[in-house]
Amino acid sequence: MNILVAVSRVPDTTTKILIGNDGKSIDNNNVKFILNPYDEYALEEALQIREKNSGRVVAITVGPTENQETLRNALAMGADDAVHIKSKDENFDSFFVAKNIANYAKSFNPDLILMGKQSIDFDSLQVPSILAELLDLPVITIVTKLNLDSTKVIAEREVEGGKEIVESSLPCIISAQKGLNDPRYPKLPDIMKAKKKTIEEIPAQAFDNKVEVISMELPLRQRLNKIFNAGDDEIKEVVRLLHEESKLI
Amino acid sequence: MKNILAYVESINGTIKRSAFEVATAAAQLKSKTKTNAIAVIINGNEEIANQLFEYGVDQVINIPSEILQKYSPQAVAKALYQLASAKECDTMLFPASSDGVELAPILAAKFDAGYISDIIEMNLENDDIIVKKPVYAGKSIIKAKVNSPVKVFSLRPNVFTPIKQVSDVKHYEVFSPELSSNDCKTIVVDTVKNEGKIDVKEADIIVSGGRGMKGPENFYLLEDLAKVLNAAVGASRAVVDAGWRPHSEQVGQTGKTVSPSLYIACGISGAIQHLAGMSSSKVIFAINKDKDAPIFKVVDYGIIGDALDVLPKLTDEIKKIKG
Repeated sequence: MNILVAVSRVPDTTTKILIGNDGKSIDNNNVKFILNPYDEYALEEALQIREKNSGRVVAITVGPTENQETLRNALAMGADDAVHIKSKDENFDSFFVAKNIANYAKSFNPDLILMGKQSIDFDSLQVPSILAELLDLPVITIVTKLNLDSTKVIAEREVEGGKEIVESSLPCIISAQKGLNDPRYPKLPDIMKAKKKTIEEIPAQAFDNKVEVISMELPLRQRLNKIFNAGDDEIKEVVRLLHEESKLI
Repeated sequence: MKNILAYVESINGTIKRSAFEVATAAAQLKSKTKTNAIAVIINGNEEIANQLFEYGVDQVINIPSEILQKYSPQAVAKALYQLASAKECDTMLFPASSDGVELAPILAAKFDAGYISDIIEMNLENDDIIVKKPVYAGKSIIKAKVNSPVKVFSLRPNVFTPIKQVSDVKHYEVFSPELSSNDCKTIVVDTVKNEGKIDVKEADIIVSGGRGMKGPENFYLLEDLAKVLNAAVGASRAVVDAGWRPHSEQVGQTGKTVSPSLYIACGISGAIQHLAGMSSSKVIFAINKDKDAPIFKVVDYGIIGDALDVLPKLTDEIKKIKG
C-alpha cells in the first residue's frame, strides 16, 4: 500500500507571535519551526499501516527552501521518500497547496493520502477537502481512529458531542485528529540517516491566490483583572460579580 | 453581488443554534447589498423555514432527498452546487462545525472559489466583504478578503449573535437536486453520542481543569460545577497528555479554539498555547494557587487559591443564586 502524507512547517506551539514588518504576516525571527503536530499523527498512522501491509510512505510538502527541515523530520520518523514542491515564498493559500499536491498525487497514484486535520498556522482545515474535489476521491476529516483492509477504510470521525463511524472505499483522503495514535520520536541514528537522504525537488506551479490577506493584528482585549484571595466572602463576591456585573450566571 | 446562500444544519428535525447565527449574518449582508438571503436546509420542512424567517432571511429552500438522509460531504456539496448555480448565489456562508468545515472547501473547489474558514467578523467595505479570522490558534488575527467571483466563508460558532428581524418576504421553496447514490463517496454507518455531555466548541460556558486538579479523580468537582451552569468540561493539554481526560475536551492550539461567554480555568497556569485557544472568550475567570501564574494576566476575575478547595464553595454559592 502506497501512502502519500502531506506535511507542513509551522511555528512551535510555545511561540509568541509578533507581527512582521509587512504588517500582514508574522515576524519569523527567533521562531522555532516544527513539523505540524497534526501531520505527525498522519505520518505515524501511515508508518503503522506500512508496517502491517508493506508499501511506501512518501512525505510531501509545499513551500520555500526551509521546508526541507520538515521533510527531514518526516524521513527521520520513517518516511521512505520525500518530495519538496518548492515555492519561492511561503504561501498560505490553500488552493495553491492543494493544487500542487494534487499534481503530484496524479503521477504517484497513492492508495491513501493522509495529512493533519489542519496546520497550526492558518488553521484553515481546507486542503484535505479541496484535494478530494480535485482528485475526485472520498474524504474523511478529523479522524481519531482508522481501520483498513485492501479495499476499504472505516474511520471514526470527531463531531460535536460525539463521533461518526464513516466508511469509504480506497483510495481516499484522511485527515488526522489528535488521539489517532502516539507519534514516535525519531532516534538519533535515524535523524543522522535522514540528513543524507535525497529529497526530490519539483518547482511549485503558480496560481493566482484566491484569498488576500490585507493585514494582521494581535488580539487586544481589555480585561477587568479583578483578583481576589480564596476567602469565603471573596468567593461570594466573585459569584456576585459574575451574576450582576457580567450577567453570565 | 448576487445572492447569498446560508447553509443550515439540523439534527433530527431540530435546527442547530449555529443556523440562526449563519441566517442572521446572511440577512445582515443582504440588507447592505440589496440581494437575497437564501437559507438552505436538507430534509427540512416549512416549520423549520418559519423559524429561519424570524432571523431575516427572505428565502428558505428545502432539499428533500433520500440520498442525503445520511451526511456525505461530497453529495451535499454537489446538491449545494446545483442549487447555488440555479439561484445565482455567489456568497456562501457555513457554520464552522465539523461538517461545515469539511463541506465548505469542497463547494469552494467546485466553483474554483476562495474560502476563508472560521471567521469572527464580516463587514462590507466598498462592496468588498472584509472578514477577520484568527490564525495561529488566535495568537493573531488576519483581515482578509476573497478575490474570486464566488466567495465562501465559514463562521465560528458562538461569535455571531442571532438577531430576530422578521423578513418582509418569506418565500419557501423545494429544490430537487440531481443526485445518485454514487455521489455518496463516504457513508456514515453509525453515530455515537457522548450522552449528557456538552461539546466545548458549542458551549456557552466552559469549566476547564489543568494539572492543578492533581488527578483525574478530582474532575468530578468540575463536572459538578458544569452541571449547575449547564457548561462543558474542558481540559489543558497537560492533563489530556497525561490521560486524565479525553482529547475531545482539550482547549488550546493543538486542541479546540473556543469563544464561550464565560471560561472558568481551574488549576491551569496558562501556557501560551492554552491561552491562544481560549483568549477570545468574552469573560475569563481563573482559580490558581500561584499568584504569578500567566493565566492571571488575561482574566476578568481571579481567585488565588487551591482549585480543589475553592471549587466546592464556588459551586455552592452559584447554586444559591440559581435557586
